[in-house]
Amino acid sequence: MNLVAIKSAIDALSAPTISFTILTVIFPFIFPPSDWFEKIHRKTGLWRMWTKPGGVIGMILITAFFVIGYFDPYFNKTLTKADNFPIVLMIYSMWFYIWLGMFKAYRNDIRIEQGLKPEEYNDPDDKVLVWPDLVYIEFICLILFQVFLIVWSILVAAPIEEPANPAATPNPSKAPWYFLGLQEMLVYYDPWIAGVLLPTFIIVGLMAIPYMDINKKGDGYYSFKERRVGMFIFMYGWVVLWLFLIIIGTFFRGPNWNFFGPFEYWDTHKVEALTNVNLSEILWVKWLNQGLPSNILIREGLGFVITGLYLFVLPVILAKTYLKDMYAAYGPTRFVSLMTFGLVMLALPIKMYLRWIFNLQYIIAIPEWFFNI
Amino acid sequence: MSDQKEIVAPRAAVGSVSKSRKTSMERRSFFSWLALGWLGFAAATGGFFTVIIRYLFPNVLFEPPQSFKIGFPEDFAPNSVDIRYKKEFNAWIVRDDESIFALSTVCTHLGCTPNWLATDNKFKCPCHGSGFRMTGIHFEGPAPRPLERFKIGLANDGQVLVDKTKSYKWEKGEWENKDSFLKV
Repeated sequence: MNLVAIKSAIDALSAPTISFTILTVIFPFIFPPSDWFEKIHRKTGLWRMWTKPGGVIGMILITAFFVIGYFDPYFNKTLTKADNFPIVLMIYSMWFYIWLGMFKAYRNDIRIEQGLKPEEYNDPDDKVLVWPDLVYIEFICLILFQVFLIVWSILVAAPIEEPANPAATPNPSKAPWYFLGLQEMLVYYDPWIAGVLLPTFIIVGLMAIPYMDINKKGDGYYSFKERRVGMFIFMYGWVVLWLFLIIIGTFFRGPNWNFFGPFEYWDTHKVEALTNVNLSEILWVKWLNQGLPSNILIREGLGFVITGLYLFVLPVILAKTYLKDMYAAYGPTRFVSLMTFGLVMLALPIKMYLRWIFNLQYIIAIPEWFFNI
Repeated sequence: MSDQKEIVAPRAAVGSVSKSRKTSMERRSFFSWLALGWLGFAAATGGFFTVIIRYLFPNVLFEPPQSFKIGFPEDFAPNSVDIRYKKEFNAWIVRDDESIFALSTVCTHLGCTPNWLATDNKFKCPCHGSGFRMTGIHFEGPAPRPLERFKIGLANDGQVLVDKTKSYKWEKGEWENKDSFLKV
């Protein structure tokens, strides 16, 4: 087995343009939102991911990746950094809990197909007492977690660096691990969008899910089939647009915030052609062969039109055509909120691809007003 | 039992109301006490916040002067970036073919300090990968506008004087201003 070839293959695949695309393309086959995807999901055997052997194989693959990484001179540096230990834990727990949820959901789906009640229905009286059952479990968890934190803090020194110096920003300069997804979003959006608007939408959107959800099934027990579209959208937002961006930020971003494969040397002078242009520059300079108009609104007119079409016209068109049934079932208020949250979420991958493919910096670029989209 | 309680309660209530009318303060004095109470509360809160806000402005500021001399124009080699003043004054002194100008070291995306990469001939920010040319113009990464320039001029003794209290933004057309660069 040629380890070097495998490593360079992983390096090439992990370039976010490729890895993000692969993940996005296979995602509906892993969490099938419709019958067609479901058919291929069954045919290709991807459903085996959510069986017991599938869970074990997932754990083995993750561990193999880390073991190979540990013995690689370059990946070792990122992997053994004290800051990155929580992310290793995150990858394991992420896989375990998604697997556990899907495993239980698939077991219930089979039961429901056979006309049986879901597993959880057999719990004694369908109830657990808060005292003592829940409080005891919480108390034991609390003690175990304290022990874990104490052992961790004794074994691994806190990654504290020299006193802050505004003239010398560490290179690369990384946020705390749980914010690395946000830092990755900041590469594609202006600070007020990626740092303020999108996090607000994430929090408000998560809080709004119970109010926007009219599906009465799958309530109180695990099930995938009874809410597959919702599960697919949520999983894409959570696993790909949040967790995977954290993994990119941790393992695949090096000096000068350039992309590096996990087994690649972090060369400070790696040159990547990243020259960006704004939509207004493409329109006026490249297509119309003239200077930028001095009136800001005319200069950014196309950007405003595209953003307006995307956010305000597209939901109306969808409500009249493709999502007609959904609009009838959900009503205008629910539909509009769902569309707003969904389109804003989808705007992140769209902007990432526009940057990667067309080197597009901003759709609307008004630095004079600190307004860039 | 509950019936008994219901009978007892109104009696006690009636009695207490008639009693309190005699002993409690007058309506007018109640309002003046209320006003006094609120005034006292407002004064205490106002005083508290005055002290807190005063605390935000230190008596002594240990920071370098806002304007500083950096030597004579001839000291700067053409087409080079001088990073000596980065640490103390947060400024790069750049000399191109015809002028000297002082660039702010604050990235216009989120405020990190970029590094000058001489081999790549660009400023590169380690936080989100914004890149700026030697002139300060942004060209890669998320930074939406060029680095800002500081006021620059000649002092009486012929040295170059940089004044950080005034900065010039490209996107507002301020780089045309003759104080934003020094002709050489």
